[in-house]
Amino acid sequence: MRTLRLLGVGWLYHMKMISRSPFEGFGQVIWPIFFATVAFLVFRAGDSPRTLLYASLGAAVMGMWSATSTTAGGAMQRERWHGTLELLVATPVHFALVLLPVTLAMSTIGIYSLVATLLYGHFLFGIALTIVHPLLFALAVLGTVLSFGALGFAFAVTFVRFRAAWAIGNLLEYPVWLIGGFLVPLALFPDWVRPISWVLAPTWGMNAIRESALGGSPLPDLALCLALGGLNVAIGVLVTEHVLRAARVRAALSLS
Amino acid sequence: MTSLRIFFVGGQMSYRALFHWMTPQIYVPSLLVAPIFQILLFAYIGRSAGLNSDKFYLVGNSLQYAAVPCLFAMSQLIGGERYQNTLSAILVSPARRIPLFFGRAIPVVANGAFVAAFSLTAGALILRVHIPFSAIPALALVILVAAFSCTGLGLINAALSLAVRENAVLTNVIFGFLLIFTGANVPLDALPGWMSTAAQGLPFTHAIKAARQLADGASFGSVAGIIGVELLVGLCYAAAGYALLRFMEVRSRRNASLERS
Repeated sequence: MRTLRLLGVGWLYHMKMISRSPFEGFGQVIWPIFFATVAFLVFRAGDSPRTLLYASLGAAVMGMWSATSTTAGGAMQRERWHGTLELLVATPVHFALVLLPVTLAMSTIGIYSLVATLLYGHFLFGIALTIVHPLLFALAVLGTVLSFGALGFAFAVTFVRFRAAWAIGNLLEYPVWLIGGFLVPLALFPDWVRPISWVLAPTWGMNAIRESALGGSPLPDLALCLALGGLNVAIGVLVTEHVLRAARVRAALSLS
Repeated sequence: MTSLRIFFVGGQMSYRALFHWMTPQIYVPSLLVAPIFQILLFAYIGRSAGLNSDKFYLVGNSLQYAAVPCLFAMSQLIGGERYQNTLSAILVSPARRIPLFFGRAIPVVANGAFVAAFSLTAGALILRVHIPFSAIPALALVILVAAFSCTGLGLINAALSLAVRENAVLTNVIFGFLLIFTGANVPLDALPGWMSTAAQGLPFTHAIKAARQLADGASFGSVAGIIGVELLVGLCYAAAGYALLRFMEVRSRRNASLERS
């Protein structure tokens, strides 16, 4: 119960902080809209049988990932700059429980982006928002948010020894958009790319959202998305322990 | 002579001072790897949508990505100086403003052109797009003109940094508009009429058009006019940016908002 309370309070606290930053609030909503616009225009002009709703859903999830990737990379770096990293590491609870709500809050901000992109596509491009399984769609969005937060957490702790972690976070935006199959079916990629897509939770989150919206069976995809998200958290916790031990031994926690 | 020194030496020194943090750890992922993924993303979206060839997206995105170094670096002209508490010292100096501001833009143009050229080369190798060897000198010129043109727009962005606190958001917004309007990914004739009309006055639009024709084997002579229009667009933005910078400078002095951050 204490752990859940910590996660909940941490999530709410960081949500409030992020919501007050124009860069992470307004910027994260506006940024994917540009890519969505390009996607809508390209799909409208193209001769693909894929519908604009297909593009709209993909573009909406792109925004969710942007909200997480660009900020998660620098999550620990930010605590360093604020001078709060040592205090947070010294708290009695596991540091992972302090950091996980940060990335979960970032991925939750992505819901703004999802809604904004879908409404934008609906009102400006006339894309009908027909959701075949609304309840499953809501579940798929929730599962995707959780898995994005988990992947962001794994990235955040993995790059902690890297001074320019924020640059890596920014860089990860495009590759996950691409190989997560948000706007491009995995079948179009070379064979060696597909296994990389399969181990990414966002791939299955995207599938679950698309299946629930367009009519299909999203539950297996959702289950895989959550399982991979859980695996990312487990990896993140292990990496956190390793990184913190090494940082204490070398007195490099405040490295900046 | 003093103005020439401010233009060349001052411009180079300020660039080094403002971008001391741009280490390879940041430069490589942000300016060399990211544009390649942007090219791949749109090339595959194009394949998925059944619209245009890989070459179309390669040329469009490699040129358009020069907007990142050009726009962000120019906004850093003001934001970086303000952050380092040196902005008022610079603006109180009697140095002529044209060499002061434009001297700082020269390394930005060079860097923007390098990023675009690298993206084009790496993207062509990855996507196996053939570009005629004979087109390379003309393409290099187009890239340089495109980087200049965008740096002109960046000067306006720099001026707005005197009034806007969250300049990174503004820069991202400008980048986004360039992504949509310039024809980098959507053919101009597939855009709504008002968008393709607006595109004629934006950096990159004409450069991308010229570069695509060159990559398809056109001669330099046949695209010289288009390159000239791109250059003219860049000169207009540079002049407007300079005027806006002077206006904002006076306004900031009057409102005592020079150091507002």
